[in-house]
Amino acid sequence: MSKEGSIDVNTGQRLTSLEQKGVSRRDFLKFCTAVAATMGMPLSMAEVIAQTVGSAKRPPVIWLHFQECTGCTESLLRATHPSVEHLVLDLISLDYSETLNVAAGHQVEEALHQSIEANKGKFILVCEGSVPINDGGIYCKIGGRTALEIVKDIGPKAAAVVAIGSCASWGGVQSASPNPTGAKGIHEILTDQAVINLPGCPASPYNLLSTVLYFLTLGKLPELDAMGRPKFAYGRLVHENCERRPHFDAGRFAEVFGDDGHRQGWCLYKLGCKGPETYANCPIQLYCDVGSNAWPVGTGHPCFGCTEKGVGFTKPIHQQATVFTVTPPATYPDIVEEKTSGGWTIGGAAVAGALAGAAVTAGIKVTKRLADEEGVKEDKAAKDKS
Amino acid sequence: MNLQRRDFFKVLSAGVVTATTSRTAFARPTKTMPPESVGLLYDATLCIGCKACEVGCKTRNNKPSVHSEIEEHFNVNGTWDDARDLDSATMNKIKVYKNGTAAVKDQEIDGFSFVKRACMHCYDPDCQSACPTSALQKNPVTGIVTWDRDACCGCRYCQIACQYLIPKFEYHKALPSLVKCEMCHHILETGGITGCAEYCPTGATIFGKAKDLLAEAHKRLNLKNGERYDFPVRTVNAKDKKSRPVGKYVNYIYGEKEGGGAQYIMLSAVPFEKLGLPKMPERSGAARSETLQHTLYTGFIGPIVLLGAMVTAAYRSVKKHQSDE
Amino acid sequence: MSETKPLGGKIFTRPFKILMIFGLIAVFFILKRYFFGIGSVSNLNDGYPWGMWIVYDVVTGTAIACGGYAMAMLVYIFNKGHYHPLVRSALMAGMFGYTLAGVSIYVDTGRWWNLQNIFLPGTANPNSIMFEVAVCVALYVAVMWIEFSPTFFEGKAQHEGKLKILNKVMFFFIGLGVLLPTLHQSSLGSLMIIAGQKVSPLWQTDWLPFLYLMTALTMGYAIVVFESLFSSIGLKRPMETSMLSKLAGVIPKLLIVYFIFRFGDLIYRGALGHILAFDLKSIMFILENLLYIYPLVILFSATKRKSPKYLFLSAVSMLLAGALYRFNTYLIGFNPGNGYNYFPAFSEIMITVGIIAIEIMAYLLFVKRLPVLPEVKHA
Repeated sequence: MSKEGSIDVNTGQRLTSLEQKGVSRRDFLKFCTAVAATMGMPLSMAEVIAQTVGSAKRPPVIWLHFQECTGCTESLLRATHPSVEHLVLDLISLDYSETLNVAAGHQVEEALHQSIEANKGKFILVCEGSVPINDGGIYCKIGGRTALEIVKDIGPKAAAVVAIGSCASWGGVQSASPNPTGAKGIHEILTDQAVINLPGCPASPYNLLSTVLYFLTLGKLPELDAMGRPKFAYGRLVHENCERRPHFDAGRFAEVFGDDGHRQGWCLYKLGCKGPETYANCPIQLYCDVGSNAWPVGTGHPCFGCTEKGVGFTKPIHQQATVFTVTPPATYPDIVEEKTSGGWTIGGAAVAGALAGAAVTAGIKVTKRLADEEGVKEDKAAKDKS
Repeated sequence: MNLQRRDFFKVLSAGVVTATTSRTAFARPTKTMPPESVGLLYDATLCIGCKACEVGCKTRNNKPSVHSEIEEHFNVNGTWDDARDLDSATMNKIKVYKNGTAAVKDQEIDGFSFVKRACMHCYDPDCQSACPTSALQKNPVTGIVTWDRDACCGCRYCQIACQYLIPKFEYHKALPSLVKCEMCHHILETGGITGCAEYCPTGATIFGKAKDLLAEAHKRLNLKNGERYDFPVRTVNAKDKKSRPVGKYVNYIYGEKEGGGAQYIMLSAVPFEKLGLPKMPERSGAARSETLQHTLYTGFIGPIVLLGAMVTAAYRSVKKHQSDE
Repeated sequence: MSETKPLGGKIFTRPFKILMIFGLIAVFFILKRYFFGIGSVSNLNDGYPWGMWIVYDVVTGTAIACGGYAMAMLVYIFNKGHYHPLVRSALMAGMFGYTLAGVSIYVDTGRWWNLQNIFLPGTANPNSIMFEVAVCVALYVAVMWIEFSPTFFEGKAQHEGKLKILNKVMFFFIGLGVLLPTLHQSSLGSLMIIAGQKVSPLWQTDWLPFLYLMTALTMGYAIVVFESLFSSIGLKRPMETSMLSKLAGVIPKLLIVYFIFRFGDLIYRGALGHILAFDLKSIMFILENLLYIYPLVILFSATKRKSPKYLFLSAVSMLLAGALYRFNTYLIGFNPGNGYNYFPAFSEIMITVGIIAIEIMAYLLFVKRLPVLPEVKHA
């Protein structure tokens, strides 16, 4: 429930209100540290984030839903550290969310309009779901307007646009062949402004939280890749972070669901895992905060590449992935492996040297003896002659 | 006395003349493919370096993993990975060629490529020719070169002879064996295929009749780089195929002609010499060695004639010595 | 042979006791080899499967043991009867050398209990050069012991019958004793032909059998000279200089033939360039040939041949040259690639040293108790 305008924005007041809700200062700092870590920022940033969170006026956020399953919102609701419904509602001023609004109908549309007008150029627009463009975009209408109209209207008025989920990032499941509605990602509609894409199906809520906090704290967007995805989350392949990677590297594959290899947690590449061609941080972030292995591969099912356009909802789940970075690890055996044994040792060299020395000494001795005897003989012969 | 010396030199020069001029007449030609021979085709452009074939080989042949070298080399413990090279427990090895930044797969400069090393099962094996106890034998039908533990005396002449450095010996054991890929003949006999081809996920290693594999290799060389092709997985005639763009092959099949040819042939986008595969003449070492041997010993004519001359000379000499006494 | 006589004297002299220690050390390591494997006492590996034991004990050792062969060739084939007194000791040294090479084979081979398979029909592979070497060496060892056996029977009345029979058929064994080394000493060279590119072009050639045969002969004469001079000094006997100087005259003639074919072949194959590489191989090649050239030059001069000092140095140089030639072909000029290294291990060397020590001990024992050396006739 939004509480816009009803909370004091002075420093320290936020913390007091959090404490009232049972969030200790320690928990709060832990949260800020976790956010810094997720984004790969130095831990000193944790304090800066804490100050920002503790002191900022809650920025308004407008959350629009288009062609989607609402999974991204649902996944956000399941974030637990701290309990998100409190924090998010205190951190940000969620002015409009079709899932969480209590009001409905004309009333909430009016609230939306008012928020946009009051916060023009200062609010964060989060879009969930793809925008259909076929047949004038009639396949998704809210309040009598097509999604296309809505996003084109509201988008330019936002300070930052975040496309959460694969649907908003590139079309998601609706865009699967034959894509009858002409589903498109938000950035394909809002071509004139920067759109941060946070693909995933569902997207990881912590990626969203971290991105938003980064923006609030530093006033700029985190480093994005060529597809507008924050590098801290989408800079590496699932294959590069996967805990089953040693099995891939050693050639241990599950062949069939339920076989010995599968039961032992071996690599799922042969079962169609798209980890090698999918950029996401699922193996690190995991889901639902229930501990290790809480992600598809961890539970024994191959990754299907939900974040990647061209992979998720496009390639069959059990078709083999194209391995992008086959770059072998430094420990991979080379064409010529220098062998560590068999060469000379101190013992071998020493005794070889000693023997050679002894032989040379003996040889010199004998030669000298022979020369001496020869000398004696010559003297004797000379004597005899004379 | 002079007569004997003359006789001796006559015999000796006759032998030398025979040896040097009739070289071609006695020349033993390089052996060729047994018609039903089976083999493997390894396509480096399809290989992703996953080493499933190493695991398959060890599983099918009951060989242990070898962690000691990698752990010693990198000073770590509990590695999953295996040996750094072929050894007495590793009959199949994937190695990587790296150049410069090693950024692009199947590229010679600033790129990398994998290569799979195992016994070539040559059509005219040097190891078979060298082995004094016939422990290494090439099966006349399947062409597989196998090792017989009851015959082998452990002299390791095969290790000297093999140009690919394939046979490995258990130097660390009191009762040592010779270890090398025997193309899972114990599994082929029951209708299966080799462990490496069975386990390979991408179709980089496929099993089949040697002539079919050679035909497949030639077919791939005639495809255009970039065009899509359905690569068979596991066996050359498999229905299970993986559609992939064709790589930029070096226009050569390694193993087709080397030392008279082999049943394990390879395709690659990186020149084979860079992958550690030696340039070999078409005439096998076995042919060269045996030609020399046969020239000198054919029908034992040379030795017997020489023996006759020696014995006669010795007889005369001894008799003379005895009559002098 | 009426001209030979046991030397007599103490067996357990100090040098003998020292040799015993080396022998015992070798026995210790040999036992370790049988209990714990070849790898436990040597640095042999998959890249260098043949090392000290094969290259020295078998290949070089038998070449050095060609004294018997070389002398038999001279005395019985070319009928130079005046060298006769030198035959028996040369034969004995050869006998020991070859016998212990056989022992080394049993130490070196990994599955030694199957060695007889080389000879048995069903497993024997006549295409293998190794087969030829094994059969010839085994036969030659037998022949040498038979040739030497009269030494055990001479002067003993109860063995007179055996002696008579032996002397009647000896000519056949002598003939064999000249044929067999001709066959296997050349084959010891042919062995490395199948190693192909692994042997440097400086040594790899189809002429290996001929070149090895020539050098085995020269080494045979050299060892006779060496042993005779060494025995004279060590056992305090008069030097057989006049005989030796005539004998040594054969060496340079053989070496000239050797050089013609050696360098002719190098030029024909276009391998001369490798000599100028000045890496380990090229330096060892140069050293090897210098060691051959020294006796070639020295022994051409009749005056120098009469000097025991020059005889000794030339003989040593000749033996070293032949040994280095074999080490070069099999080890130093052998490069399997793939990052393999080899240098003999301490225990590996001690086994070889011990075997040589046992050989010398046997020589001393026999020479003192059996009529091997020529009788010293005091004027």
